[in-house]
Amino acid sequence: MDTVLGINLPTWWFLLIGALISGYGILDGFDLGAGAVHLFFRKEESRRIALNAIGPVWDGNEVWLVIGAGALFAAFPMVYGTILSVFYLPFMLFLMAIIFRAISIEFRSKEEMAWWRKMWDISYSVSSIVISLLLGLILGNLIQGIPLNANHEFVGRLRDFFNPYAILTAVTVLALFSMHGAMYLIMKTEDRIYARLTIIANNASKFFILCFMATSLATLIYVPHMTAIFKSHPELFVLPLAAVLIVLNIRRSIEKRQYARGFASSAITTALLLILFAMGLYPNLVLSSIDPRGHISIYHAASSDGSLRTMLLFAAIGMPLVATYTIFMFWTFRGKVKLEKHSY
Amino acid sequence: MDNVELLSRIQFAFTIAFHYIYPPLSIGLGVCLVVMEGLYLKTKNKVYEELTQFWVKIFALIFGIGVATGIVMEFEFGTNWATYSRYVGDIFGSALAAEGIFAFALESAFLGILLFGWNRVSPGVHFMATVLVALGSIFSALWIVIANSWQQTPSGYRIEGEGMEARAIVTDFWAMVFNPSSIERYSHVLIGAFLAGSFLVLSVSAWYIRKGEYLVHAKAAFRIALWVATVSALGQLFTGHKSAEVVTEHQPAKLAAMEGHFEKSAPADMYLMGWVDAKTQTTTGLKIPGGLSFLVHQDFQKPIPGLNSIAPENRPTAVNFVFQTYHLMVAIGMAIIGLTLFSMFLLYKGKLFQTRWLMTVFVFSVLLPQIANQVGWYTAEVGRQPWVVYGLLRTSDALSQAVKAEHVLTSLIMFTLIYLMLFLLFLYLLNKKIQHGPDISNDQDETTSRMNPSLSPILNE
Repeated sequence: MDTVLGINLPTWWFLLIGALISGYGILDGFDLGAGAVHLFFRKEESRRIALNAIGPVWDGNEVWLVIGAGALFAAFPMVYGTILSVFYLPFMLFLMAIIFRAISIEFRSKEEMAWWRKMWDISYSVSSIVISLLLGLILGNLIQGIPLNANHEFVGRLRDFFNPYAILTAVTVLALFSMHGAMYLIMKTEDRIYARLTIIANNASKFFILCFMATSLATLIYVPHMTAIFKSHPELFVLPLAAVLIVLNIRRSIEKRQYARGFASSAITTALLLILFAMGLYPNLVLSSIDPRGHISIYHAASSDGSLRTMLLFAAIGMPLVATYTIFMFWTFRGKVKLEKHSY
Repeated sequence: MDNVELLSRIQFAFTIAFHYIYPPLSIGLGVCLVVMEGLYLKTKNKVYEELTQFWVKIFALIFGIGVATGIVMEFEFGTNWATYSRYVGDIFGSALAAEGIFAFALESAFLGILLFGWNRVSPGVHFMATVLVALGSIFSALWIVIANSWQQTPSGYRIEGEGMEARAIVTDFWAMVFNPSSIERYSHVLIGAFLAGSFLVLSVSAWYIRKGEYLVHAKAAFRIALWVATVSALGQLFTGHKSAEVVTEHQPAKLAAMEGHFEKSAPADMYLMGWVDAKTQTTTGLKIPGGLSFLVHQDFQKPIPGLNSIAPENRPTAVNFVFQTYHLMVAIGMAIIGLTLFSMFLLYKGKLFQTRWLMTVFVFSVLLPQIANQVGWYTAEVGRQPWVVYGLLRTSDALSQAVKAEHVLTSLIMFTLIYLMLFLLFLYLLNKKIQHGPDISNDQDETTSRMNPSLSPILNE
């Protein structure tokens, strides 16, 4: 098998897609979270400020989803087809929510009427919450494994996806994003909305820690295959330990009102949790809950070496560009939000 | 055709047809924006700045819907066409991922600066953002059309595995990218997009001119858009012909359907309009005998293979549909050429803006490129049937195995309702923006003309 820098190509793509999903979770995570807590702001001006805090950047954040999905399609087409078709209705709901969210942000400012703005505020917030929950629900099911038979065919039913563990991960993702988004908004705001957000961030972080503990415990008890790697490689145990410390650091930062630090910590938390998931998964991409022969491994699902190699070159050229645009964009809109003529 | 296939095809056709309203508009509008803002930087004339800001708002509305409906397309390959995704992931997936990395990231990042950066960055950097957004959307179209063209004329691949396990593997990346139809189809689609965007500007400007409002701005925008449209219209004649040549060479079944040509091998006529009865295999209408043969071989007598030379299971079934959509596209293309050239002539004579009936025509003309783009797309996609990848994978074999008909029906109903609502809201907000017009700072002429249309300078231009 072809290797680049000693790592084989499917593993490269496993890592790259993991990085893209982490990037998506961190970036879109905060604007989804900002949407999730949107209805807690009562004043029209506060809502406008909150919306304009993500206004110039949310579209760029969503790019990471588009690239991540495209990369999965290109590198592991079998997994792309399997995951999307198995979770058909959840993904359809996800797409509708994405549409509603995009048009809510775009349409809200176009009319002055109170009912119009209220309607789009609700649509924006509900769709943000639905997207976060669905991402968590799908993640929870992928952690447990889905019913695939030995031929990798799905033999389950839709309602199986709504199991307690998956619902727990769904709520955890929502809590994580809400906390993450609240801290982002704190960095971008002042005065009244700032004060309101400090309370929201405080409560969201407490709720997240509760969810985090519950999910960790549930994973240890009910999803033992996710922790198997720590038995064979005890030194890797440093990662879950780091996750716990960094989560505690979120609380500490919030209490000390160091929100930039808190925001960075919740970003790292997002990445660490996905890394732990990836470690439990590797070298598989999709686990079967009923038959180990149904697991889909990166080697089984990968595109041809030639294609993976070309795409790796594209990523090597393209990802630094994408990172540069992202940094340039955030740098251009640095500082607290000021409403002006071109604002939403 | 079983229900899952039928419903999935309807859903895909519907969601892509709806999506395809917006990206061409934003591509064409992007080019107009670059010209407007470029003229502002060059002349420092406030009119161009106000025009740019006005059209950027409309651009944002269109772009937003384009992105939201585009994400749906990306996911539908996996949700509804999982077998297809597996079969072409190596190729189609690569092109789609390249689009994300090299095009979509560019446009989305700089869109923020285009919309909100007016007071944050210098005019030069803002102009750069406008150029990059326009370029990004042009690159986006490039990768998407490459992916689609590979489906039409596959090359640079080999097939690995058999039956349901078969999949296409890239053997030559550049041969895959520059497959026999990529360049011809891309230039054709891109110019169609230029026409869509420039005709939106023409339509809105003509409406202002008719009403005697914002005359300075409207005329400036009209001139810019008319140049873009005229050059594009003439270019389209060329790319259209090139595309037809590629179809002739690589997709004979599609060509035969486009002209309703059934005989196994005979000189083929070219219809200006007509009707195809697939049952009796007859095509009636206004035709140039041997015209298609002449266009293809420069010889009225030379035979062209008809639908009967192709095995029945490999023929497109909706022959009349392909015939009609193709002829409508060509007819509109000709009308656009006539309209733009005639308008250019009047502009040269200095009579364009006084020709009231022509301004009325332009108000409605926004529909012409939209309809042509839509029916052109139908011709290309329905003409490719029963293949999803021409000659390699049948549409009926491309479906997701895990998906049930009732699930697709549910999502189809939801999409129909949401898109209907979205379209009405889009028209409402677009109309509102047009009614509101550009924000004008200090143009006395226009204020008087707005208050008293009868004194409008349109009369003494």
